Amino acid sequence: MRGAVSALAAVLGRLGLWGRGVVVAVPYLWLMLFFLVPFLIVFGISFSESVIAQPPYAPLVEWLTDEDAGTTKLQLLLNLTNYLRLTGDDLYILAYLNSVKIALVTTLLCLFIGYPMAYAIAKAPPARRGPLMMLVILPFWTSFLIRIYAWIGILKGNGVVSNLLEWAGITSGPVEILYSDWAVYIGMSYCYLPFMVLPLYSTLEKMDPTLLEAAADLGCRPFKAFLTVTLPLSIPGIVAGSLLVFIPSVGEFVTPELLGGPDTLMIGRVLWNEFFANRDWPVASAVAIALLLVLVVPIMIFQYVQAREAEER
Amino acid sequence: MKRIGFLSWALWFGYAFLYVPIVLLVVYSFNESRLVTVWGGFSTKWYGELMNNDALLSAAGLSLQVAAVSATLSVILGTCAGMAMSRFGRFRGRTLFGGLITAPLVMPEVITGLSLLLLFVAMEQLIGWPDGRGVTTITIAHTTFTASYVAVVVQSRLAGMDGSLEEAAMDLGARPAKVFFVITLPIIAPALVAGWLLAFTLSLDDVVVASFVSGPGSTTLPMVIFSSVKFGISPQINALATLMILLVAAGIFVASIVMTRQDRQRKRDEQMALQTG
Repeated sequence: MRGAVSALAAVLGRLGLWGRGVVVAVPYLWLMLFFLVPFLIVFGISFSESVIAQPPYAPLVEWLTDEDAGTTKLQLLLNLTNYLRLTGDDLYILAYLNSVKIALVTTLLCLFIGYPMAYAIAKAPPARRGPLMMLVILPFWTSFLIRIYAWIGILKGNGVVSNLLEWAGITSGPVEILYSDWAVYIGMSYCYLPFMVLPLYSTLEKMDPTLLEAAADLGCRPFKAFLTVTLPLSIPGIVAGSLLVFIPSVGEFVTPELLGGPDTLMIGRVLWNEFFANRDWPVASAVAIALLLVLVVPIMIFQYVQAREAEER
Repeated sequence: MKRIGFLSWALWFGYAFLYVPIVLLVVYSFNESRLVTVWGGFSTKWYGELMNNDALLSAAGLSLQVAAVSATLSVILGTCAGMAMSRFGRFRGRTLFGGLITAPLVMPEVITGLSLLLLFVAMEQLIGWPDGRGVTTITIAHTTFTASYVAVVVQSRLAGMDGSLEEAAMDLGARPAKVFFVITLPIIAPALVAGWLLAFTLSLDDVVVASFVSGPGSTTLPMVIFSSVKFGISPQINALATLMILLVAAGIFVASIVMTRQDRQRKRDEQMALQTG
């Protein structure tokens, strides 16, 4: 009897282990197949040659049969022209620089609007903080596309802003803000603002209020106390929020496409056009790899900050 | 005193920045005039036209279907991933696994879309599946990038949960599977609901990835909106946006009512337990 029970326990134990294995293996394999492998394929195709065929790229690996010698050899062709094109053509370099510039301006705008908001919410009475934060996150639940669309009606010539400026007598006639870099800055900081406020709020809320009281007791003026106590302590939040805004902004496609002008160059747009308009899959892949290279450092800093935060908890 | 004034001013400015565009969008959906920004009187005719726009309605149906299926799949995958990350300690390949979970969160959409399309094309050449691109490929793509969000939500809920309950059940002889279904699952259920809703919203919102991996005949709602918005504004899109905002507001309203009711129930149960014990 005892033998039977222990055998059963052993089987169940193995089943338990097996169940655990499945729990890890299913998402692991899914992410390998649909995230890691695709990425390696992009890397591979970025070394391929564009051809008029279906699919429109030359295979990297080919079996070459030499009829005379009677041998077969495996040939691997790595083509660097796509990358040379990226470095040789001003269009691509300008697109990269412009993407980084637009992402930086967006991040700064979010910081300037978001920091006072997060600070004010963290200073509010505890019962009111939850609803106030909720109001910041709510717009995130409505469609991104719809929120960008809302700005078209506001920024276009004869739109809301233009009419307001004219009514106030600041301008005489319609102003067209739409289809310019400024429209892109406004639209992007509008969409990414919650990403900035969230981490800022969570660091500011955790801050010990007695530190500010101590500073005040020692005769420090509130503004100086803010600069010397609050601001340095909120740096982790500033870094996390800035990266959360900066990283997706660099590769952004929808906002510059809808709000930007034809000369608002961004890498996301270049990649899209190479793929859909020029049907040049290898160059689109090379652009993707280069975009990732731009993002590798910020992503690594972000992972590091997150890991440190998790350790502190 | 002056500083408080500045802060509340900044707060009001921030909220105005966030909400005025949405309010204007809704107001102008009831505008008679075709010129969206010129007020021509109150009218609901754009809602009527919307109901007769077959292309848009069928795209909406397709999007809802894709969003529901991919959100369900990603809750299953994300829960497994979240459990593995927060409950299984160290296992082989954990670092890579952690990276694979967080990377899709920051990956630019254009790269995700391009890489998945290239995978589907390569797979079709190698094994003949997926046969062309359409609903299946969009669903797979959405599941992949939304599962990461679910994993993060579930993981943070698990991290905030008291592990001693699971240990107690284990000490009393419950098998891991039973512990999960009887103890862990009910406790993390709100996170699963939140994760499902988040995945559903993200899928319903995606235009970039879907454009890459969709085929002829499978156009999602965001793709239709995007192509019509590209050529300027149309009051029909305002009407559609208003309906979508209404839907979200209703969903959040219901969710908050359910949550407060559950909270009250829990408090009542705790009091009962205290009184009897």
